[in-house]
Amino acid sequence: MINAIGREIPAHVEGYGKVTPFAGAFATEPDMPRRAPAVKWARPGAAKLATGLEEVFRAIPVRDGMTLSFHHHFRNGDGVVNLVLATAAKLGLKDLKVAASSIFPVHAPLVEHFKAGVVTALDTNYMSGPVAEAVSRGALAKPVILRTHGGRARAIECGQLKIDVAFIAAPSADEYGNVNGIAGPTACGSLGYAYPDAEYADKVVAVTDNLAAYPLTPVSIPQTRVDYVVKVDKIGDPKGIVSGTTRITKDPVQLKIADTAAKVVQASGLLKNGFSFQTGAGGASLAVAHFVRQMMVAGGITGSFALGGITGYLVAMLEEGLFEKIIDVQGFDLEAVRSLAANPNHVEVGAGFYANPFNSGCVVNMLDCVILGATEIDTAFNVNVVTGSDGMIMGGSGGHSDAAAGAKLTVVVANLLRGRLPIIMDKVLTATTPGETVDVLVTERGVAVNPRRGDLKEKLAAAGLPLKEIGELKRLAEAIAGVPQPVKLGDRTVALVEYRDGTVIDAVRQVVR
Amino acid sequence: MTIRRSMLFIPGNNPGMLQNGGVFCADAVILDLEDAVAPLEKDAARLLVAAALASVDYGGSEKVVRINPLDTAMAADDIRAIVPCGPDALLLPKVQGAKDVEAAAALVAAAERPGQKPVKLMALIETPRGLAEAYAVAAADERLTALAFGAEDYTAGLGAIRTKEGTEILAARSLLVNAAAAAGVDAIDTPFTDTNDEEGLTRDTTLAKQLGFRGKLCINPRQVDAVHAVFDPSAAEIGWAERVVRAIRRAEEQGSGVVAVDGKMVDAPIVSRAERILQLAALLGLREEAGR
Repeated sequence: MINAIGREIPAHVEGYGKVTPFAGAFATEPDMPRRAPAVKWARPGAAKLATGLEEVFRAIPVRDGMTLSFHHHFRNGDGVVNLVLATAAKLGLKDLKVAASSIFPVHAPLVEHFKAGVVTALDTNYMSGPVAEAVSRGALAKPVILRTHGGRARAIECGQLKIDVAFIAAPSADEYGNVNGIAGPTACGSLGYAYPDAEYADKVVAVTDNLAAYPLTPVSIPQTRVDYVVKVDKIGDPKGIVSGTTRITKDPVQLKIADTAAKVVQASGLLKNGFSFQTGAGGASLAVAHFVRQMMVAGGITGSFALGGITGYLVAMLEEGLFEKIIDVQGFDLEAVRSLAANPNHVEVGAGFYANPFNSGCVVNMLDCVILGATEIDTAFNVNVVTGSDGMIMGGSGGHSDAAAGAKLTVVVANLLRGRLPIIMDKVLTATTPGETVDVLVTERGVAVNPRRGDLKEKLAAAGLPLKEIGELKRLAEAIAGVPQPVKLGDRTVALVEYRDGTVIDAVRQVVR
Repeated sequence: MTIRRSMLFIPGNNPGMLQNGGVFCADAVILDLEDAVAPLEKDAARLLVAAALASVDYGGSEKVVRINPLDTAMAADDIRAIVPCGPDALLLPKVQGAKDVEAAAALVAAAERPGQKPVKLMALIETPRGLAEAYAVAAADERLTALAFGAEDYTAGLGAIRTKEGTEILAARSLLVNAAAAAGVDAIDTPFTDTNDEEGLTRDTTLAKQLGFRGKLCINPRQVDAVHAVFDPSAAEIGWAERVVRAIRRAEEQGSGVVAVDGKMVDAPIVSRAERILQLAALLGLREEAGR
């Protein structure tokens, strides 16, 4: 069937059920109660500390076909997914579903678990590396469900993603299950993406290499939800956790794009006292923060909050008084960890609070401006951040669609030419974020405003920004690089791209070669 | 009047930068075959720059190519390969005297296609000898349109200590500006080499403007906007120039000889400075009225 933005999607998917087509960013309303997990109890004197993962697997007990969940705060330094699944394989378990908020190259052993039938289903918000490639080539019979960060929280709360056991990588934990991310060798700061898992999973296991004295404070994941605590030698590699993307780019083209994007933010009229802002780490995104910061200093502007993945750069802005608060669902470097631990205005929140569209209001709804990237964008402003030009999965929405939907001003920054490929096309290979939620595209060769935002176009024109129609930018890119041949893919659906409201915005087809 | 507030070097052996050279809105791009390119890559860079001139849209930027020094065999090869591709100008490095310009002009004339827009020349003055000959260089050929200053080589030639403040190059800068003005060509200042020091760049550019330079060489795209900010006429300058021009018109109408603006006497050189400011402002779109 065809959804509201013209994408061909399957009507039914085995293991997922009936597919609801995407109908518009705010067209689908919820009509279900929240899921209630099993009520738990703990007798006085009963210990939660287990001697190892095998003991926990037996005690729960973990059975074939269960759903095991993981958070991705350790990024490419995570050791817990591999440890837990190695245990599952050793115990001969089959047919497990892995619900990990993101998958990174470090999770390559998962491919072997696919082959052996230990893991037969995957539910995630982002994946890159060998697992993503294996999925693209058809390693799993069931399509992977790709969600947004807010959509995952929604799916868990609404009972569409039922978690049997949540394994929570815990930088610090006490013996009774209180967990935080601010201390220990793998300190990663906020544990926001693990909040829904801890709240709704039937069983919760904290896996730590840093056992602290009871009671551990501050508490990010509370003892009231944690059933077992396991101490292992090492739960992750700090080098992979601190991703090192917090330096401003030196690439002159990206700096030019960032400078222009900051001028767009200024011209929109939103950059005034109370301004709220989200931007990614690395590339042009962080550089936008750099230029926005200069404007805030020059204008004596104090923002209300910075949101999202938090870097040292945003921490510095908080400490300079340029923002009143930081709302942190994920930290990217040790400065973010330090600040979260020390500064009461740096607040840790869960994925639902951050971006779940089906609660009484998530933070992205209060966002003035978000700066986002794109792998591809089409002339209807639909953005692809899932597949590369060869059709291979190399990412996912993460918070992309959520922040785009919530913010008053959504700016996509991208090089008009990536390598030798134009970034703008008639139709993106995989629609991730719908064009109706994207307001402006900023490239090094001009700025395109979504025709839905005539008001904004007038403001940007008045500020002298180099405006062009998106079709004109596309022709400009094609005049330089030519028109790329469409990539040939197989018919089989290897992943469903679920929009934040649970409807399906696109399907990813198998890479065949 | 050609505006040359910023002239941005683009390495001639970097395809990505050659392709993107136009996006930084510098008044001129200088596609560099000389210092940016290692000896073994000279041939490849020459081909790449020729192809870039033929295929890349540099928007409103003047297209300049810095060729190799005239005392090397590479210079003639550069001119033969580049001139037919239609650059606006060639920047000649390490110019020592009028003969260098004359020799280059002859090679350029021989390389031009019939009907091609004449390729201009710019001379980079970066040796004590070149500075001593600066006026002769500036006046050597009608193709010569600008003198640019290269302070790093120049101070090395002097044995001077190079500082950020630039006391050691003050005399050279003034001599170069004078030589250029005497010959009626533009004077372009030496690049500011600390690309991370934006305040230093603004200070150095402000000094250059004060001394009479029309623009500045830039070695990083990040420098372009800051340099423009200095060379753009300020609102105060534009306001003053408008008052001067208005006063002089009124005086002409009334047949009066002496005019004062803001309590200061206005004579011919002041009027011509005011007119230049208004012309520049109009070309830069900073003043609608003058654009009529």
